[in-house]
Amino acid sequence: MTFKGADAVLKALEQEGVEVIFGIPGGASMPIYDPLVDRSPIRHVLCRHEQGAGHAAEGYAWATGKVGVCMATSGPGATNLVTPLADAKMDSVPIVALTGQVPTPVVGNDAFQEADITGITIPVTKHNFLVKRPEDIVETIREAFHIASTGRPGPVLVDLPKDVLNADVEYVWPEKINLPGYRPTTKGNNRQVSEAVKLILAAERPVLYVGGGVIKADAAPELLELASTGRLPVVTTLMARGAFPDSNELCLGMPGMHGNYTAVTAMQRADLLVALGARFDDRVTGKLSAFAPNAKIVHVDVDPAEIGKNRAVDVPIVGDCKDVIAKLAHELAKRQGEGGAPDRSAWIGQLDEWRRKYPLRYGQEPDRLKPQYCVERLRALADDDTICVSGVGQHQMHAAQYWRFEKPRHWINSGGLGTMGFAVPAAMGAKVGQPDKRVVAIDGDGCFQMTAQELATSNTEKIPFITAILNNGYLGMVRQWQELFFDERYSGVYLNPDVPDYVKLAEAYGAVGMRVDSPEEVDAAIEKAYAVEDRSVVIDFRVDPREGVFPMVPAGASNDEIILGPEFAPHETPGEAPIV
Amino acid sequence: MSDLLHTISVLVEDRPGVLTRIAGLFAARGFNIDSLAVGATEQSGVSRMTIVINLEDKSLEQVTKQLNKLVNVIKIIEHDPGSAVERELMLVKVRAEGDVRARVMEIADVFRVNVVDVTHDTLTLEAAGKSEKLEALLGLLRDFGIVELSRTGRIALGRGDRGIKDRTLKVAKDA
Repeated sequence: MTFKGADAVLKALEQEGVEVIFGIPGGASMPIYDPLVDRSPIRHVLCRHEQGAGHAAEGYAWATGKVGVCMATSGPGATNLVTPLADAKMDSVPIVALTGQVPTPVVGNDAFQEADITGITIPVTKHNFLVKRPEDIVETIREAFHIASTGRPGPVLVDLPKDVLNADVEYVWPEKINLPGYRPTTKGNNRQVSEAVKLILAAERPVLYVGGGVIKADAAPELLELASTGRLPVVTTLMARGAFPDSNELCLGMPGMHGNYTAVTAMQRADLLVALGARFDDRVTGKLSAFAPNAKIVHVDVDPAEIGKNRAVDVPIVGDCKDVIAKLAHELAKRQGEGGAPDRSAWIGQLDEWRRKYPLRYGQEPDRLKPQYCVERLRALADDDTICVSGVGQHQMHAAQYWRFEKPRHWINSGGLGTMGFAVPAAMGAKVGQPDKRVVAIDGDGCFQMTAQELATSNTEKIPFITAILNNGYLGMVRQWQELFFDERYSGVYLNPDVPDYVKLAEAYGAVGMRVDSPEEVDAAIEKAYAVEDRSVVIDFRVDPREGVFPMVPAGASNDEIILGPEFAPHETPGEAPIV
Repeated sequence: MSDLLHTISVLVEDRPGVLTRIAGLFAARGFNIDSLAVGATEQSGVSRMTIVINLEDKSLEQVTKQLNKLVNVIKIIEHDPGSAVERELMLVKVRAEGDVRARVMEIADVFRVNVVDVTHDTLTLEAAGKSEKLEALLGLLRDFGIVELSRTGRIALGRGDRGIKDRTLKVAKDA
């Protein structure tokens, strides 16, 4: 059948199962917008900024496991997608970005709204394409979705010149994908699995170091099986919160710079770390040379380049976490059935003692609203199906620490790139993907102001979610570092908690606005917000600006130098934790 | 040759931008390229790059693994100097006035290189061979004064009867 190029694009998206595109039109991408009127079943959500469209596509992908799609026109529309693309690259989020491009005869001619977007985005995409011939459209879309969603997922950009979109094209769906240089290894090697299980059985102090790859691979059930079979304690990184239920006795919570004492120290004292879809990021390891000094390493990752990149590995296993963890669990059960399971009681006893002595703790003062308390109450009044989204900074760490995560794909944040402004548009995308679930964005006042205009999208397009601003009037994380490391010389961090007036701003966007100043008002406001279903809600929580995020491992320091925070008296501070 | 220098052959799809992708990856990850030569292969649509990498503090394993992640990269092998034929082509224009000319010609003869252009004041030599040979030749020619120099960078083929597609890369091979 003959189509216009633009119709072929949408038809190919439809065949890929795309339900929704987040985008903003412009001159070069206009041909794609015409079939959206009545010839394509795909929903278009008109965003207010292309960055918002990109993060919305990411939120959709995080929440559903499907490929998120965003679209922009040429030039500035396309360059506004650079930040979400970089974010998706760092956090392995499968999205496809479609961009309009000036007509092929003027490409390279500095035409109006021309930008070399494939050149610009090479470093921030998994791959990208410039479609120069109409007959390549369908095949390219197919390849883009294949690359975005397989192996280590990531963002793919397809640049579509206007004349290519306007040309007539024979629509042929390619049955086979021809990518000779792209063959991800997904099945784990059985011999390596067997070697890993030997190490697990021999270990006295094992820890499963779980990263975002477990969520990407939908391997939470397999992980639960593996941990339960071997009684293996689990830490879930910022990217993996919810991959293992926080309520499980084997869950130690989050490790890293703002991880809890037990999760951090368990890794430091471990004699075996089994890294599952994790990448030994500096925010987890602290000073690399002092990280987990006595641990042997089993490293499972679908991306071979991550294995051995930061830490030498004893048993490398390249493969998809779902496949490899299932094999590990199976092999471990078999070997334990033959030779008995190791006694883990001493190690788990030690971990329990640390958990008792050094829990997450913050100071409750009657007249001051603490951000941690707001997060605790937002969680306590929500069900396990509520999706929590965050931006980047103190509020993000408080959310990761104090929200109780029970299920995968219910925590969405910007980890690797640390993109402020992520929360509002990502929450909107998550709500589109999971319309029956409540979505709560926990945001900072600094972050919120970077992308708040998507509230207009949310209320126009009927995509309601809740934004809880933990408003301390500062760029709080930078303030905290200036407090600790720059002698309290505050520079460029004061935002003013009263400007804008967040209640009025919310109302101006058609949302419900509320303000909470004291702990007593918290529950009533949250209950009221959770009862609103037809509109978005913004709650302005006026939190204590002096509150910091603790525990904390200073940047570049060893994880042994963890600072528990002001709530722990000097005599409670642990010395060098002994190896049991 | 320095131990830090490694020669790899990379088969890539002949697509627009593939050179940018590879050069960009080297720059972004701090890998140093000593030389890079690109050309056609026995198969249409496939180009072969020969890259000499100066490793310094990076591991060859990371270089090859990161290259392998590029969708347009089909295959990578490292050449062990003992089991590969490595060649480079060089054109060099040397000052050769009066009786100096005979001495330059003599050196050209010893190195078995061709004289490809002659003027009153200069000789242009075409030299092919291992990098070490070219370096030795240049060392001698510098005494006369080099007017202009152009080198292709190294290309390489493994010795023996197998082609690149039948070889495996030991460093990038993992479990």
